[in-house]
Amino acid sequence: MTIEQLLVYFFGACALLGGVLMLVARHPMRVALALISCMLSLAGIYAMLGVHVVAVFQVLIYVGAVMVFMVYVIMLLDVRDPSFVRRYSHMLVPGVVLGALLAGALGVSAMKLGAPAAPIDSVAAPSYLVQPFSVEFLREYWLHFELTSVLLVAAVVAAIAVIRSGRRSDG
Amino acid sequence: MADTQLLLGLSFALFALGLVGVMVRRNALVMLMCMELMLNAVILALVTFSLRTATLSGAVLVFLIFVVAAAEIAIAIPIVLQLSRQRSSLDVEGYDRLKG
Repeated sequence: MTIEQLLVYFFGACALLGGVLMLVARHPMRVALALISCMLSLAGIYAMLGVHVVAVFQVLIYVGAVMVFMVYVIMLLDVRDPSFVRRYSHMLVPGVVLGALLAGALGVSAMKLGAPAAPIDSVAAPSYLVQPFSVEFLREYWLHFELTSVLLVAAVVAAIAVIRSGRRSDG
Repeated sequence: MADTQLLLGLSFALFALGLVGVMVRRNALVMLMCMELMLNAVILALVTFSLRTATLSGAVLVFLIFVVAAAEIAIAIPIVLQLSRQRSSLDVEGYDRLKG
């Protein structure tokens, strides 16, 4: 067992722990911190698998942009509402039962899937390093890359529209 | 190196945890974050399968999914802000006016 395999197990356990903490934590800020630790563990798994590009994107976009935004909103909306005192809705028992059933079914299908259990070889995919990936990405997929900026502009316009429509209905 | 089954199992477990969180919790922001956890689990499965085929397009697809997730959260958060401003609460059980 190599050190990379041990680290994948370690990061996987950390990600699972973060996911469980998200279910039991009471304050939304603690849920956000558990989610951030889970995402960082997933980034560690990606780095150990040799997919450096996805690890960098995970830290930059998810932890750096999305979760910082989420933490700002939690600080902005620190209202003491009933969802702090009673964490769980009345769907607690059916939700947990359904989640356990889904996890069991997916686990059985995963067991059936890979009889060879092909070990993932990081040497087989050298193009996942940052520099070769970037060159290939902007040579082959430049149109998709430019179209994402259109999507981001549309998202900004939609966010402004949502805020303005709410303000109009207030006054 | 880790095998495919372990990573897929981790991805499925994280997806189930996120689904349970969306169904069980009452806070709207916490439900949003559980959806992000489900999306992360799906991305882990996608990376696992794209490593099996060792092609470039899997990583490109992951990049596009990251951009879509950023756009999604940029629209979802203002909607939650409007809801909490109208009800002055983040409790989804108070949003029963949204029932059809």
